Amino acid sequence: MTNLSPNLPPDKQREMLRRMLTIRRFEERASADYLAGKIYGVVHCYIGEEAVAVGVCSALDRDDRIISTHRGHGHCIAKGADLNRMMAELYGRQAGYCKGKGGSMHIADFDIGMLGANGIVAGGIAIVTGAGLAAQMEGKGGVAVSFFGDGASNAGPFHECLNIAATWKLPMLYVCENNMYAAQTPAAATHALNDIASRAAGYGIPGVVVDGNDVFAVHQAAHAAVERARAGAGPTLIECKTYRWRAHTERRGQPDLRDRGEVEAWLRRDPIALLAQQLREQGEIDSAGLQVMEDEIAQALEAAVAFSEASPFPLPEQAIDDVFAS
Amino acid sequence: MRELTYNEAAVEAIAEEMRRDPKIFYMSTDPIAPLLKEFGPQRIKATPIAEAALTGMGIGAAGSGFRPIVDWRQVTFCFVAMDQIVNQAAKIHYMFGGQVKFPILFRASVGGGGRIAAQHSQSPYSMFMNVAGLKMYLPSTPYDMKGLIKTAIRDNSPVISFESGRLMTQKGQVPDDDYAIPLGKADVKREGTDVTVVALAWLVHEALAAADTLADEGVSVEVIDPRTLVPLDAAAIRTSVQKTGRLLIADEAGPTAGFSAEVAAVVTEDAATFACLKTSVKRVCALQVPIPYSPVLENHVFPDRNRIVAGVRELLTR
Repeated sequence: MTNLSPNLPPDKQREMLRRMLTIRRFEERASADYLAGKIYGVVHCYIGEEAVAVGVCSALDRDDRIISTHRGHGHCIAKGADLNRMMAELYGRQAGYCKGKGGSMHIADFDIGMLGANGIVAGGIAIVTGAGLAAQMEGKGGVAVSFFGDGASNAGPFHECLNIAATWKLPMLYVCENNMYAAQTPAAATHALNDIASRAAGYGIPGVVVDGNDVFAVHQAAHAAVERARAGAGPTLIECKTYRWRAHTERRGQPDLRDRGEVEAWLRRDPIALLAQQLREQGEIDSAGLQVMEDEIAQALEAAVAFSEASPFPLPEQAIDDVFAS
Repeated sequence: MRELTYNEAAVEAIAEEMRRDPKIFYMSTDPIAPLLKEFGPQRIKATPIAEAALTGMGIGAAGSGFRPIVDWRQVTFCFVAMDQIVNQAAKIHYMFGGQVKFPILFRASVGGGGRIAAQHSQSPYSMFMNVAGLKMYLPSTPYDMKGLIKTAIRDNSPVISFESGRLMTQKGQVPDDDYAIPLGKADVKREGTDVTVVALAWLVHEALAAADTLADEGVSVEVIDPRTLVPLDAAAIRTSVQKTGRLLIADEAGPTAGFSAEVAAVVTEDAATFACLKTSVKRVCALQVPIPYSPVLENHVFPDRNRIVAGVRELLTR
C-alpha cells in the first residue's frame, strides 16, 4: 500500500477502516434483507469498492458536497449518513431519508453535503458541478465531488461538465470508479482507452490514476485535488481502478459472466483486508480491536434494522406530498 | 402608462429580482447585454452550448442555496437536456422526500411564424405538462410576462417560462410599480356570453381579433387566457363555459395529447360544466406536423383569427 498512513493520525486511520467495514456490513445486511423480501426493487452493492468512497470523503469537510450513483450506499456512509435513516429508506418507511419515496437508488442527506444517489448513469455529474459552481460563488473554499463509474465517462454530461469546470476553474473532483464493467459490459467494449484519466488532457486539467483498492492512495490523490480546488486552480479527474465483487444488482441465482480468475484475483486484493493488515503492522489495531469494531458495527446495524421495522410505512395519501416545494 | 415590449418586460422583471436577491444568477449562451452590463459576468454567466450541463448545474446550484435562471433560448434546444429536466429537476424534490428546495427558472421561447422551420419552431409545452414536478406558464402580454416571471423567480420549485417568439417585440402597457401575478390564475381577456375561446400567447391576440369580427355579426365571444399551464386554472375555464355553453380551444401546438386536449377534458369531465354545454367542444390547433419552412406551408399549418372565426360560427350553427 501507499506509504502515506504515518501522515494521518491513528484515530483517523481507524475511522477509515471503520467506515469501510460499515459499508460492507451494511450492504451484506441489505442484500440479505432484499433476498428475504424486506427490501424492494433493486439493490446495487458497492462491496469491493469501499476504499474509493472512504479515501475521497476522508479528504473532505462536512460542508463539502458530493453526489453519487445508483451504487450509492458507500458514498452515503463515507460522508457520514445515518444508518438508521438509510436502512429505513431501504425498508420503504416514513423514517427513511426520503420518507420512503426514494429507496436504495435515491438516498440523499443535504445536511451533510450528500446530494443524492442517482439512478441515471451520468445523471448526477452536472448537478454536482452546479454545487461546485455554488461553492465557487460562495467563496468559502468549499469543494464538490462527483462520483461516477466508467460507464458514465462515455456519456455526454461527463464531457460537457469537465469542459465547463475546467474553463471556469470550478472547485471540483471528478472521481471515476472504474470497476471495469458498465453493468455487464466490459470496459474494453465501450471505450478505446486504457486509462479514463487520460481524458483529462482533452480538457486541460490533471488526470490521475490510482489504485482504488488502496484507501491511502485514494486519500492522497483526493487530498491533493482538494487542495488544488480550494486554491482556485480548478478541477481534477481521478480514476480509481477497482472492482465490483458482486453482480450489477443483487438477484438470486444470477450468473456472473465475468472471468472467474479475474474475480478471484480481485477478491485477493480486498481493500478492507489490505487496510487492516497495514494498521496491524503499524500497531494501530490488533485482533481484539478489530473484533470490537466488528461488534460495534453489528450492533449499529441491528439497531438500524430495529429502527426501520419500528417505523411505520408511509400513508397511501402521502404519495401526493412533496411534488412541489412549499 | 408606459409601454414595454414583451421581451423588455421579461428583462426588466429579471433585473428587478436580481437587485432584490443576490442569490439569483443567470446562465445562457450569448448573455443578454443589459443584464451583463448591470450585473457583470459573475452573475450573468456566458456558457458553452451545453444545455444538459447547464440544466443540471442549475439544479445543483439551486439545491445549494442559489436561485439560478437557466435560459435554454429556443425550447427545441432543451431537448438535449431531457434527462436533466424530466429525471432530475422534476423529480429531485419529491424523490428525496422534500429535503431541500430547488428554485430554478428555465426560460424557453416557443411557437412558430419565424420561417425558421421545424428545429426552431415548436410548442411542446404539453410534453412538459405531462411530467409531475414542473410548473409552467406562457404569457400573452408584456404585463403578464413581467408579473409571471417575478412570481416564478420567487417560487421554490422548478418553473418553466415558455415565451412566445412571435410576441417578443410586441408592445403593451406595463406599470412602474412592483407587482406579481400568481401562478394558476387565468385572465379573462374579453368578456362575452355566447362562446368561450380558450387561447394562449399569440393566439389570445388572434382570438381577440376574431371576437371583434364576430361582434359585428352580433356574436359575443369570451376570451380566456389561462396564462399558467401548470397549475391550470380549471375553475376559471369551467365558470366561463357554464356561462356561454360553448367552448373553442385555440392552440399553436398540434392537438394530439396537447394543451387543448387537457382543457377539453377539464370541461367535459366536470358534470356541472358538461351539463351546460350546448354542443361538443371545438379545437382549432396547428396541424400535427413538424413546422415547415416555406411561408405558404407554415401559414397553412398554424391556426389564426380566420380559423377561430370559422370555428365559432360552426359552434353556433350546429
